[in-house]
Amino acid sequence: MPQADRLRRRRLSLLLALTALCGMLAGLVAGSDGWSWRALSDADAATIVAQIRAPRTLGAWLTGALLGLAGAVAQGLFRNPLADPYLLGSAAGAALAVVLVLAAGVLAGHGIGLATAGLLARIGLVAAAFLGALIGVLLTLALARGAEQTARLLLAGVVVGVVLGAVSDLVTSVAPDALRGKQIFLLGTTGYLGWGSAAVLGAGLALLLPPALRLARALDALTLGEDSARTMGLPLGRVRMVLVGVVALATGLAVSQSGLVAFVGLAAPHLVRRFAPSAHGFNLAASTAMGGTLLLASDVLARTLIAPQELPVGVLTAVLGGGYLLWLLHARSRV
Amino acid sequence: MSEAGLCTRGLRVRLGGVEVLHGVSLDFATGWTTIVGPNGAGKSTLLRAMAGLLVPSAGEVELAGRVLPRWSARERGRRLAWMSQNGEVTGELTVREVVHLGRLPHLGLFAAPGTDDEAAVDEAIRATGCGAWQHRRLRELSGGERQRVLLARALGAGAPVLLLDEPTTHLDPPHQVAMVRLLRDLGRTHVVVSVLHDLPLALQADRLVVLQDGRVRADGAHDCPALHATLVDAFDGALRIERLGDGARAASGGAGACRYTALPNLEP
Repeated sequence: MPQADRLRRRRLSLLLALTALCGMLAGLVAGSDGWSWRALSDADAATIVAQIRAPRTLGAWLTGALLGLAGAVAQGLFRNPLADPYLLGSAAGAALAVVLVLAAGVLAGHGIGLATAGLLARIGLVAAAFLGALIGVLLTLALARGAEQTARLLLAGVVVGVVLGAVSDLVTSVAPDALRGKQIFLLGTTGYLGWGSAAVLGAGLALLLPPALRLARALDALTLGEDSARTMGLPLGRVRMVLVGVVALATGLAVSQSGLVAFVGLAAPHLVRRFAPSAHGFNLAASTAMGGTLLLASDVLARTLIAPQELPVGVLTAVLGGGYLLWLLHARSRV
Repeated sequence: MSEAGLCTRGLRVRLGGVEVLHGVSLDFATGWTTIVGPNGAGKSTLLRAMAGLLVPSAGEVELAGRVLPRWSARERGRRLAWMSQNGEVTGELTVREVVHLGRLPHLGLFAAPGTDDEAAVDEAIRATGCGAWQHRRLRELSGGERQRVLLARALGAGAPVLLLDEPTTHLDPPHQVAMVRLLRDLGRTHVVVSVLHDLPLALQADRLVVLQDGRVRADGAHDCPALHATLVDAFDGALRIERLGDGARAASGGAGACRYTALPNLEP
C-alpha cells in the first residue's frame, strides 16, 4: 500500500476515534439546560446521565454506525455511490408497519376485532418497524426474483417503496390519528433510546460487521463489473444474498430504534472515500465509524442548538447531509 | 485438443428470444486465436458463452475435457480467465489491488495472499508494463492504461486459458504493438482466444476464426489465402489484404512466417 494511503487511513481512523470520544463526552454533558460539566460529578445529575444521556448517546452512535455500514455495503453491492441503504424497501416497510400499529386502535373502532388490535399493539412499535423493514426487503427480493441482477433489484426496491408508501398513506387517511406518530417516525429521533435499545443495536452491529468485512473482497471484485466478478470464481448469488441480508438487518435495526434517520447511510461512505479512498475492507469499517460519528454529532447538536427545545435529529441529518451532497456536486462541477 | 484446451460443440445461444449463435463448433489449443467478423456476427456472445457467462440454448462448452457446468466456480476461475471490454469501473482500488483480484480463484474470499500470489501479481504487472503506476487508482487511468491493468488482472489468475474481449481497444499504436507481441508470447504457453475489430492486428494472430451471422465462415491460419478471401467477402469487399514487406514485418514484431495486413478498399 502506498505510504500516502496509509497515512490518510491512519489520520481518518484517529480523527474518527477522537470525534467519537468527544461526541460521547458531549452527549453526557449536553442537556435541556445547555452544557453542564456538573452532570459528571453531581450525584443527582448522575442518574440522568446514567439512565438517559448515556444510553441515548451510545445508542445514537450505534444507530449511525449501522446506517453507515448498510450504506457502504449498499453502494458497493449496487456499484453506485448514490445508493442509499433504504433503497431495498426497508424504510417503506418499516413506516407502513409503524403506521399499522399506530392505527390499530382507530381501526379497531371501525370493524377489526379488539383482539387483533391488541395483538398489534403488543407487538410494539419497535418490533413492528423491524419486521416491517425485513418484510419490505423480502418483498423486494421476491419481486426481483432473488439478488442476482442489480438493476432488477434496484427497480424492485423502488416499486416496493412506492407501493408500501401508498398503502401507508391510505392507512393514515383512514386513521388520521396515526399521522403524528408517523411523522415522528419519518423525521427520526434518538429520544427514545435506552439501555435496552443500545444493547440490541450493539449486538446487531457485533453480528453484522464481521460478515460484511469478510465479504469485502467480493465487493472489490464487483467494482470491475458483474461478469468479471463471476469469472473470478465467486459464488456471487450467495454473496449477494448475505450482503442484502446485512443491509436489511442493519437498516431494520436502525429504523426500529430511531425511525428514518436520513442521509447518514448515504453520506458516511462518501466522506470516507473523500478523505481516505480505499478498498472495501477499510471503507466498510471506516464508514461504520463515520456513520456513528455523524449521528452522534447530529444528536448533540439537535439537543443543544435550540435548548431547551429539541430538534428532530433526522431533520438535522437531512439538512447537513443534503448540504454536504450539494456542496460535493458543486465542487465536482467546478473541476 | 490439449489438456488445457477449450472447445465448443454445436453451441447455440439465444439473446432476447433471438438465436445469435447457430451451432458453433470450434477447438482451441495452445496458441493465439482471434475471432473476427462484422458487427452483430456474435463474436462477443461466443466469447461470453465460452467463459460461462451465457447459458447456451443447445450444445456445450468443454474446458480441459469437461463440460463447463461441471467445473466449480473456483476451479473454472483457476483454469479460465476472462477480460471484459473496458467497461465502467467503480470503486477506489489501486492497480495492484485490481491485479490481486486475479488471485481470488486461488485464495477464495478469506485466505491471505502468500509469496506465490505476490510473485504472480508482480509478474502480471511486469508483463503488461503497469509497474510505473501500480499504486495509482484504476479510475484515475486513461482507457488504454486501464485496458492493460485488466489484462494484468486476467494474467494474474495464472489460468492456462485466456479469453480476451477487445484487448486492444483504447490502446495507442505503440501499445497495440506491445499487446500483439504479448499475446503472441502468451500463445506459446496459453490458449489465448481474443475478439478483435482491428483487422490488421487480428491478422497477427496464429489463427483466425471468421464469424458471420452466428456461424463459422472460415477457420484457419493467419496466412491462409482461402481464409483471406472469406474475410474480404464477410466484410463486403470493404477491405483488401496485403502481404507485409520484410521491413513492415520487422516493425510489427513479425516472426519468421509471412505476415499480412488489412487495408480499406476505397476503389469503387
